[in-house]
Amino acid sequence: MSDHLLKSIFGRLTWESFPLHEPILLGTFIVVAALGLALFGALTYFRLWGYLWTEWFTSVDHKRIGIMYVILGIIMLLRGFSDALMMRAQQAIAFGDNQGFLEAHHYDQIFTAHGTIMIFFVAIPLVVGLVNFVMPLQLGARDVAFPFLNNLSFWLTAAGAVLVMISLFVGEFASTGWLSYAPLAGLAYSPETGVDYYLWSLQIAGVGTTLSAINMVATVIKMRAPGMTMMKMPVFCWTALCSNVLAIAIFPALTAAFFLLMLDRYIGTHFFTNELGGSPMMYWNMVWIWGHPEVYVLVLPAFGIYSEITSTFTGKRLFGYTSMVYATVVITILSYLVWLHHFFTMGAGPSVNSFFGIATMVIAIPTGAKIFNWLFTMYRGDIRFELPMMWVVAFMLTFVVGGMTGVLLAIPPADFVLHNSLFLVAHFHNVIIGGVVFGLFAGMVYWFPKAFGFKLDEFWGKVAFWGWVIGYWVAWTPIYVVGLMGTTRRVNHFDDPTLQPYFIVAAIGALIILVGILGFVMSIVMGFVKRDQLRDLTGDPWDGRTLEWSTTSPPPAYNFAFTPVIHDLDAWYDMKSRGYERPAGGYRPIHMPRNTGAGIILAGLALSLGFGMVWYMWWLAALSFAGLIVVAVAHTFNFARDYFIPADEVALTESKRHQPAVGA
Amino acid sequence: MSQPSIAPETAHGATSGHSQRGYRIGTILAIILTAVPFWLVMSGVLHDAQTTAALIFAMGFAQIIVHVLCFLHLDTRSEGGWTLLAFLFTTVIVVLTIAGSIWVMYHLNANMMPMPMPGGLVIPAH
Repeated sequence: MSDHLLKSIFGRLTWESFPLHEPILLGTFIVVAALGLALFGALTYFRLWGYLWTEWFTSVDHKRIGIMYVILGIIMLLRGFSDALMMRAQQAIAFGDNQGFLEAHHYDQIFTAHGTIMIFFVAIPLVVGLVNFVMPLQLGARDVAFPFLNNLSFWLTAAGAVLVMISLFVGEFASTGWLSYAPLAGLAYSPETGVDYYLWSLQIAGVGTTLSAINMVATVIKMRAPGMTMMKMPVFCWTALCSNVLAIAIFPALTAAFFLLMLDRYIGTHFFTNELGGSPMMYWNMVWIWGHPEVYVLVLPAFGIYSEITSTFTGKRLFGYTSMVYATVVITILSYLVWLHHFFTMGAGPSVNSFFGIATMVIAIPTGAKIFNWLFTMYRGDIRFELPMMWVVAFMLTFVVGGMTGVLLAIPPADFVLHNSLFLVAHFHNVIIGGVVFGLFAGMVYWFPKAFGFKLDEFWGKVAFWGWVIGYWVAWTPIYVVGLMGTTRRVNHFDDPTLQPYFIVAAIGALIILVGILGFVMSIVMGFVKRDQLRDLTGDPWDGRTLEWSTTSPPPAYNFAFTPVIHDLDAWYDMKSRGYERPAGGYRPIHMPRNTGAGIILAGLALSLGFGMVWYMWWLAALSFAGLIVVAVAHTFNFARDYFIPADEVALTESKRHQPAVGA
Repeated sequence: MSQPSIAPETAHGATSGHSQRGYRIGTILAIILTAVPFWLVMSGVLHDAQTTAALIFAMGFAQIIVHVLCFLHLDTRSEGGWTLLAFLFTTVIVVLTIAGSIWVMYHLNANMMPMPMPGGLVIPAH
């Protein structure tokens, strides 16, 4: 009887669910718990909880939400990268009799968690964070179109990340690969909690991403400063627009696929099972309708970052702005026409495969046009090789190789040989690291002074740069080689000892990347320590060209005391060259959105809904779901949503800014 | 519901009578386009299921267009053309997703050896 009671309270959660017998996990848990307690203690000791709650957690300010997204992305990068290190270490030693330190089931969870985390909880938060922070400033707007929705989106993403992290210590994560292919992810083959953790965390985070995308598109369309026509908009805003339009179009496909898989797992339907009329291939089809455009959701804003930086650090207007915009739009459409190249070998005939193969190769044309635009922007430019520009050059050299292996894989006969091999794995790491990650680092270094008022430490920034760039090549070149020789992916043990040197080199490469990651953390720490020397008093530390550099670093809550009027592309460069003088008076009260705790409360309820569903604690799930509805409805009756910053306060903030500017 | 969208019409100087006319035409067309398929099926005048089905699909499609034009007031001017653009983009994406998926899914066994699929999804061979 008590057994029955326990089951109805805790569902399938028992003492066995805690991995006390796994020394690696136990050790990790102790370290994480100790660090968490230390952080909690420090925040309590310095009485920072109230500050964090009122100024950050409940903030609807797009700049703070953007910064929180980036912090989430960096924390999850550390988690995802430690998974990568474990895989590299395992593959470097597990040859012949040596089984390594990870048995197959654990290894499967690690590569699944690595892929899931790196895409959904590192790349997406970092991209969304930068877009959030930068785009409204570039548009000359006070905030995004729906400030509360923005806060909710962030916390839903964070709730998804927390659920993934919980799976590390309570139960287990999926061992089905980062897209949890059916039928393996069905209940018949994966009865444990892993796939449920996967589905619920990604569904919750996916709602956040979709809402955020809607918000950003509305911001671009409705909130541009007067005079900023679409073709006078900075390229980064264009790429952010296209990226978010894509996200709105594709995330419903993923949500639907996951929802059907959930139905299969929870109520015994047969959408994606082998028997009773189900079709697992339909899952692949739907997941890749999301999956391929998702790559462009991530890389388009990175292209925007490269464009802004190239233009700024060569002191020139971007070469071929119009072609850049059209290339972005064309990529947006084309990226929707190529999803089948992820399953060429699934059995489709030559007509289908050649259509999708050619469509894939065609994408190389607009992408190539972009590369040439950046090169021509640099040509005869007055190039300043500061850190952001170094990342851009590293991107071009690295990404082009990844693009070429991509075109190679787009040829169906070649794909029949190379599919499921480490060559493919090396290819997508080449484009994601070389394209997205380098761009995100370039963007973080470039806009860091805007966000915090001081530059990152240059020495450690260079350590980060060289660590990542050298580390990338040392880690992935050998993987390309063994992949071309036919080594398959997702294997935790090899029989052929001649492969071992390659994997040892790859592991060394991963350690060099570790130096890069630690260097980046150090560049923030040392930047903070030396912040008085690195302080940016002008608001325009790089001699920028777009509107975000026209306000202070960090910008005031209201961004611009007066809404700028735009006459030209590169609006701030245009203002500077016309001898722009900042107005020193005549301020008016500024209408602002008010902070609210509803976003974090809703996300907390969504998290407990997910946890309840994963562990079959139906009462918890039902209560959380009811709570979600009640809080969401109650929030619609919250009419205290806005306030005015009085003109005096604006005047005070603006006058503070003038004094150091004169001194500098 | 009680307040039909007024912005596009009034912004362009049209009278509310114009809008009412639109709703009236829309309602009548919607009723006709709903009634005819019912009549086609119930009376069985065409004696050919495939033609009937094709006609029903055609009228369903016309129904969508009537709703979009008469009730949702989609035209080239609303929101400076953004509404139309968003609608067309959505249409393209939905058509690509559905048509592409059907094409792909029915093609999946093109490279497979013939084998019986007991109780499984029966896909016609090419």
